[in-house]
Amino acid sequence: MAKRIDVKDLDIYYGKFHAVDSVTLAVPPRNVTAFIGPSGCGKSTVLRTLNRMHEVIPGARVDGEVLLDGENIYASNVDPVQVRRTIGMVFQRPNPFPTMSIRDNVVAGLKLAGGGGKRSLDEIAERALRGANLWNEVKDRLNKPGGGLSGGQQQRLCIARAIAVRPDVLLMDEPCSALDPISTLAIEDLIGELKKDYTIVIVTHNMQQAARVSDQTAFFNLAGVGQPGRLVELNDTEKIFSNPNEKATEDYISGRFG
Amino acid sequence: MTRNRIKVRPGDRIFKNLSVGAGVIVVALIGLIGLFLLVQAIPALRANNVNFLTSRIWETSDPTHLQFGILDLLLVTISTSLLALIIAMPISLGIALFLTQYAPRQLARPFSYVIDLLAAVPSIIFGLWGILVLAPRLSGVAEWLNRNLGFIPIFANGNVYPNFSGTIFTAGVVLAVMLFPIITSLSREVFERTPTPQVEGALALGATRWEVIRTTVLPFGKAGYIGASMLGLGRALGETIALAIILFIPRGKNFDYSLFDGGATFASKIAANYSEFNNPTSAGAYIASGLVLFVLTFAVNFAARSIIGDKKGA
Repeated sequence: MAKRIDVKDLDIYYGKFHAVDSVTLAVPPRNVTAFIGPSGCGKSTVLRTLNRMHEVIPGARVDGEVLLDGENIYASNVDPVQVRRTIGMVFQRPNPFPTMSIRDNVVAGLKLAGGGGKRSLDEIAERALRGANLWNEVKDRLNKPGGGLSGGQQQRLCIARAIAVRPDVLLMDEPCSALDPISTLAIEDLIGELKKDYTIVIVTHNMQQAARVSDQTAFFNLAGVGQPGRLVELNDTEKIFSNPNEKATEDYISGRFG
Repeated sequence: MTRNRIKVRPGDRIFKNLSVGAGVIVVALIGLIGLFLLVQAIPALRANNVNFLTSRIWETSDPTHLQFGILDLLLVTISTSLLALIIAMPISLGIALFLTQYAPRQLARPFSYVIDLLAAVPSIIFGLWGILVLAPRLSGVAEWLNRNLGFIPIFANGNVYPNFSGTIFTAGVVLAVMLFPIITSLSREVFERTPTPQVEGALALGATRWEVIRTTVLPFGKAGYIGASMLGLGRALGETIALAIILFIPRGKNFDYSLFDGGATFASKIAANYSEFNNPTSAGAYIASGLVLFVLTFAVNFAARSIIGDKKGA
């Protein structure tokens, strides 16, 4: 559990379009890394290459390496399905399976992996829901559809679904952007707790959020429209938000962007 | 306080009246067709000497002594349509999933056009192709089923087979070929609309392609697929000319629950005898059978629509 990620010289392409240029960064285990930057800078794209989700888009490919505890997830003998089973992901919009009950949503990943009898699935569902701070709100309606929950609850359900398989890493792609402030706070608190067990990478448009939840922050930028995005600076979050090394970072943080 | 009257713009009023009128015409048309069938059928039903719903006899040449019942027609109609549906449903599901989930985009598009084109082939072509080309080739399959599974009534020797190939079996297979483009085309459109966030959610959990289909595409598209199949069933029930060409009508023999029986469906019966309508009472017998078909098709379509509609509400 909780493995480290090392990205080495990663270039990302969509067909002929060079989306992200030569990213190198390290994510230590049991740590929250935030990706920030303007729209189109490639932060979500980089996040999606960490569990090979970008491959869903036809024509997407990468050059370079992503090492999970030293093992390249892009090695030719690695199955992307296996990668995604060990690196979980939470999306911008809560996406529970609408026809499944709350309980079935949580254990969906385990059922795919073919694990567990009914009793152990129930235990795992409870543990994951407790882990996502959702148990008390849903314990009386585990057999009701997940679509009936509020947006914030649905997002925590998705987090429960992601951690039920006990992944090595948890990726979050703007997990609070569709949520109200109270639900956002609940998710942020949750991230603080999950950090004890998981390596977390979070993309966020909200700089205060990055400052609140992360240990280190990566700032991405792009030179202009049609240019590839690139990693400008990766540093401790405190340093990024008080005294960054790069002028571009400081301009972005302070709102003097451009 | 004075209330200002909101000015009604003439364009709005004209357009509203036009569209309301169009809607009324459709409803009125359906109602009038039903009424026509009923009015024409009643004299014949009154003059009928056997039970209309449970008799298998069809003797209408003598208008003073009418004997007609729809049981045989109903059974043949339902068995050809059900056989067609049983064959066409899994094939359609397979093609629709292939086109939306597996086929590369460059292939999926032309392939979809071909399927849609197949749906547009006139049914008389299917009928001719069915009896002249497909039927002889199906005889081997029919023979195998009859020899190895003949102990099951539906595969037992029928009142047509093995002398003629114009069986319910042949008709059902041809109907299936006519149905699968329709069911495929509609299901494909539903499957294509599976929300991307759900598909990505499944993929991110480590789902394989098949597991994505099982956890997202199928639950999402199930109602649409069933609705499409029932619309196909509606088409099969009313299919006329292809079945009139294919089905062989054995003289004096009734449908006996074998796929190797011949017979006639509501529609093919009417089509085959249309030229012999020489008096309104005899014609009324056929119209009465047409009324049953009308109601049956109506019910199936209605059920299909309500299944599809339920999905939209969810």
